[in-house]
Amino acid sequence: MDLVTPEFSLVIWMLISFSILVFILGKFAWKPILNALKERENSIESALQSAEEAKAEMSKLKSDNESLIQEARLERDNMLKEARAMKDNIIAEAKKAAEEESAKMIQRANEEINKSKMAAIGELKSQVAGIAIDISEKLLNKELKSSEEQERLIQQHIQDFESKQSASLN
Amino acid sequence: MPINKGLMNLQVIKNYLVLVVFALFSSLQMPIFASNHAENNANHEAEHETKEKFKPGKMIMEHIKNSYDWHIMDINHHPISIPLPIITYHSQDGMVAFLSSKLEHGHADYKGYKLVYNDSESRYRLVRVDGTTFTDLSMTKNAFALIFASILLLVIMLSVAKGYTKRKGKAPKGIQSFMEPLILFIRDEVAKPSIGKSYEKFLPFLLTIFFFIFINNLLGLVPLFPGGANVTGNIAVTLVLAVFTFLITTFSGKKDYWKHIFLPDVPVWMYILMIPIEILGMILKPFVLMLRLFANITAGHIIILGFFSLIFIFGEMSQGVGMGVGVFSVVFTVFMSVLELLVAFLQAYVFTLLSALYFGMAVEEHHHAEEHH
Repeated sequence: MDLVTPEFSLVIWMLISFSILVFILGKFAWKPILNALKERENSIESALQSAEEAKAEMSKLKSDNESLIQEARLERDNMLKEARAMKDNIIAEAKKAAEEESAKMIQRANEEINKSKMAAIGELKSQVAGIAIDISEKLLNKELKSSEEQERLIQQHIQDFESKQSASLN
Repeated sequence: MPINKGLMNLQVIKNYLVLVVFALFSSLQMPIFASNHAENNANHEAEHETKEKFKPGKMIMEHIKNSYDWHIMDINHHPISIPLPIITYHSQDGMVAFLSSKLEHGHADYKGYKLVYNDSESRYRLVRVDGTTFTDLSMTKNAFALIFASILLLVIMLSVAKGYTKRKGKAPKGIQSFMEPLILFIRDEVAKPSIGKSYEKFLPFLLTIFFFIFINNLLGLVPLFPGGANVTGNIAVTLVLAVFTFLITTFSGKKDYWKHIFLPDVPVWMYILMIPIEILGMILKPFVLMLRLFANITAGHIIILGFFSLIFIFGEMSQGVGMGVGVFSVVFTVFMSVLELLVAFLQAYVFTLLSALYFGMAVEEHHHAEEHH
């Protein structure tokens, strides 16, 4: 029966030492420990939350980047297209100008040729006339006495020749 | 909680073992006790001279009970023990303090006091030579053990607290990382679910009782000097713990708690029955807390000592049998000690959990009381 009879001295010792234990542990151990634990939990939680936020931000940035890239790609394509069109244009224009120029040059060359041909013909005509006069002079010297008469005759012949010549040229 | 179920099963096994060992010893010790009763104290000395028979009941009871000195061992029937201070108050002599070694285990008296061996209690009692009554405030074996455990707990927990303030916000280290899961367990698995919102107010007390009971249970399993005392298996210690729980429950009781006791939701004529029952329940709850811890820890000590006693009981028959039984006893004692480690934790947990539940009942507020009934 004494096993279940509390001893007075032990009750007193237990009461005193346990009260002191509760007081000291409560003030100097549990308070700082529980505060530190709570603080750490809060900091972990906020860290997790900020990580989550950063993740969301990142994905947003990523999608932004993607749209930017898409835009840039589109712009580049447009620019390429434009450049190609411009190139074609320039080439076509240059071709046209060159063609015009060459046509003009050909025309001018033709004119030049005609002109020099005409000059050559004229010269030839006068030379031929000279030669013909010389020849006819030599021939007519014997038949014709007066040179005026001879000249008139020759002139008549040349005119005949000339009209015949132009008719054949035309 | 599946883990609790497993532990409960182990408890059942343990209780069976206690029963078996008790049955074994009661048959062995009863005649011895009977003969002891017949003899008086004068014969006690004569018994010392002749070869004494091993009395397991006496040995076990002496071990699990409180005493005025810390018995280490006997050499040639001469006890070797550490003396502890005896402090008494007498209306005439006033406060007296001296070491228990002055009383020489009942062979001498000192300052009007002497130790008398009580055979039926299997322990020494301090009495005055003139037979008058006095107040005993001695620092007995259990008082010394519980002060030692308290100091040890203070040293451990203050160093843990220092770790938290010194390395703020960092991961726990060393003993901190051993204590942190326990502290978090009490906070998150015991206090929060049982008490609810206002758990923080009760947490320091819950943590203190948990670690106090746990460390005392563990020290009780250590067979060497600062351990081995049956502190949490002493009714005085568990009484004080239960009284603390009772007082905190009573003083933190909210309106709903008292309404539940004095104005329960039953017909008025039932009050004559219900109010006494509720008041009884109020006292019975901490009373059961007190008995549960006391009985479990005491039973654990008894069974381990019982297995050791088997060696000496059979050793007295013949040395060979004693050695044979010794092997069996050691195996069982190791098994029981491991089980007791579990029980040490389990009982500390149960005491804390039930205290938390009572606090939870006290501060609970029934917002939906009308809807329920």
